[in-house]
Amino acid sequence: MLFFESIRLALSTIRAQKLKSFFTLLGVCIGVMFLIAVVSIVEGMGRYMEQDLIGKLIGVNSFELRYRPNINIGDVDPSVWESYRRRPRLFHDDVAPVIAALPEGARWAVVSDNNLPVSSRYSGGPRNAQISAVEGEFFAIRKFEIAEGRDFTPQELSMGTPVVIIGPDVVKRLFPTVSPLGRELRMGGLPYMVIGVLKAQGSAIGLSFDNQVFAPWQAPVHRLLNRVPQIIDAVIVQVPSAAQMTEAQERVRQVMRVRHRLRPGQPDNFTLQTSESALAFWNKLKRYLVLAGIALPAIGLVVGAIVIMNIMLVAVAERTREIGIRKALGARRADILSQFLVEAATLSTVGAVVGIALGIGLAKFIAAVSPLPASVASWSIIVGVALGAGVGIISGVYPASRASLLDPIAALRQE
Amino acid sequence: MSETTQREAPLSTTAERQAVTSQAGATPSRDWVIVTRGIKREYDMGGEIVRALRGVDVAIRRNEYVAIMGPSGSGKSTLMNIVGCLDTPTAGEYWLNGTLVSSMKDDELARIRNKEIGFVFQTFNLLPRATALHNVELPLVYAGMSARQRKETAAYALERVQLTSRMYHKPNELSGGQRQRVAIARALVNNPSILLADEPTGNLDSATSSEIMKVFEELADQGQTVIMVTHEADIAAHARRVVALHDGQVSSDTRREHFVAQNSTAIEAKQ
Ligand SMILES: Nc1ncnc2c1ncn2[C@@H]1O[C@H](COP(=O)(O)OP(=O)(O)OP(=O)(O)O)[C@@H](O)[C@H]1O
Ligand SMILES: [Mg+2]
Repeated sequence: MLFFESIRLALSTIRAQKLKSFFTLLGVCIGVMFLIAVVSIVEGMGRYMEQDLIGKLIGVNSFELRYRPNINIGDVDPSVWESYRRRPRLFHDDVAPVIAALPEGARWAVVSDNNLPVSSRYSGGPRNAQISAVEGEFFAIRKFEIAEGRDFTPQELSMGTPVVIIGPDVVKRLFPTVSPLGRELRMGGLPYMVIGVLKAQGSAIGLSFDNQVFAPWQAPVHRLLNRVPQIIDAVIVQVPSAAQMTEAQERVRQVMRVRHRLRPGQPDNFTLQTSESALAFWNKLKRYLVLAGIALPAIGLVVGAIVIMNIMLVAVAERTREIGIRKALGARRADILSQFLVEAATLSTVGAVVGIALGIGLAKFIAAVSPLPASVASWSIIVGVALGAGVGIISGVYPASRASLLDPIAALRQE
Repeated sequence: MSETTQREAPLSTTAERQAVTSQAGATPSRDWVIVTRGIKREYDMGGEIVRALRGVDVAIRRNEYVAIMGPSGSGKSTLMNIVGCLDTPTAGEYWLNGTLVSSMKDDELARIRNKEIGFVFQTFNLLPRATALHNVELPLVYAGMSARQRKETAAYALERVQLTSRMYHKPNELSGGQRQRVAIARALVNNPSILLADEPTGNLDSATSSEIMKVFEELADQGQTVIMVTHEADIAAHARRVVALHDGQVSSDTRREHFVAQNSTAIEAKQ
């Protein structure tokens, strides 16, 4: 029999038995819904992690020289922490030799940061913000853009002029009613003039990139950021292409080993942190999430398959007479077989489609009420539909073959 | 033997006897739509053998209108099912349109049912959830006809049984007589070489029965081969030939005039 005829028949059966179909579809529907929702959230987080968060934290094709990693992957052993604590800090004196060793075309920046109170005349009490003292091409490497005002001039950077560039959250908190440009804010009792406002970066997973204040490294505020004024937190290096990463890291490593007087065989007592090392954590987490994203729907689909098989067996029993009639009118075994297979597949595909819609809704809902981002992957929709049809066909095989093997006379005699 | 004695003078039995008794395996001439030779149907009921048919020889010409009569359990339905290719005999030959059907496989039988046979049942056997039109379309679906052509052909078949106005009604919205006419339209829609009806009026009152008998009459007049099972003499009297079964064997095979003359009391009592 014609394929579309079978689908039409299946849809009319679903329409005729709405409640029963609803329960039949539930398992597949829930399975696919979770599949879509979990995959969407994992995808969304992955995209966010890879393109956004890591880029903002570290930058593309870049690495950071630090005395210890500031992004830690999973559990860190207490003994490792202890060894981190004993490491020598990086000093501003280290910057020049490191820069001198970099390959051509590499960009660099120096940064020290800490959380400090900031205040202004245009709002109430002081508010905490992330204060960074920077030098070099920090904004270019981190892809921070200036929305209003201007960047630091080379003179301001080298002389440590008390000027700042602030994030939009700081504007909201300290300059709620006036334009911040050209106005003063105070850190550590000293006034700084706002010369620029950064574009909003948004926030995710509780981290805000907008509550930040940037000053030239040489400005007085750097003294407040670390125990010893000359300590720096990181030298950030960005190379033009991924191929140059290893070489640049190797050069920096050699310079620092010499400066720290390490003998051959002694381990590094500093860290070269890359975005990969941060991503490794994410990839590990993602594996668990995807596993959960597959296991959960799989249970739903197996339950769905069993339900569909049962419903189809009941349908074959209930419709024995119909099968007899169809056979008497010339339906071959293959016609009956395909009728019930298509019916089971249609039933469960309809369930899958409903599940996809609900899953997308659920993902969007989770994205709306939680900091988790969601991104619906088109492949997961295709997989969802295919799973639906597959589950239907697999669970329909046995009932359908029973139907096709019915003896027409016995089938017609059934009440 | 009683069979020969009852095949009396007015019957054209010589040719028929020739058709059925000619050598086993010989293809009957094109005059015969149906030839059965020594058909047996036995059921094994857990060791006990039930002999529903014990060697039935029948030959039916194109355009004949035949009634099969007999008491309950005489094997009428069993014979109809075999003739209609829903069942195969345990022994004997069944030739349909010069083709040996009795040894065919399942799917070949399905094709024959679809193309050569139109079935009308006592209980109508319409699909309850489908409209009259869709019910009539069913054989065409299995014949692989396109949807448009199907609808046209089915609508024409419904017109033949005067049900154009009820095309989109479901069976439960139709009277018994109308349902049976839908079933007749469905049986005719593929232009089958034989129309088989197993007690087509069994579930109908006498007024509706005669309405249905008129439809059969007209079809027979138009040249349709009709075989009808009934155990009522007055219904059988509509046919032009009456074959009587008794205990799985043909007990008599007569022309209508002869049958009416012999059963006048039974027929008149009904009318
Ligand atoms: N599937 C079956 N299994 C066993 N015995 C059967 C089967 N079908 C028919 N029979 C037997 O075969 C015999 C003939 O049955 P059949 O249905 O052909 O009779 P019938 O002439 O149509 O009777 P009725 O007028 O009651 O419909 C009966 O004895 C019946 O019990
Ligand atoms: Mg019967």
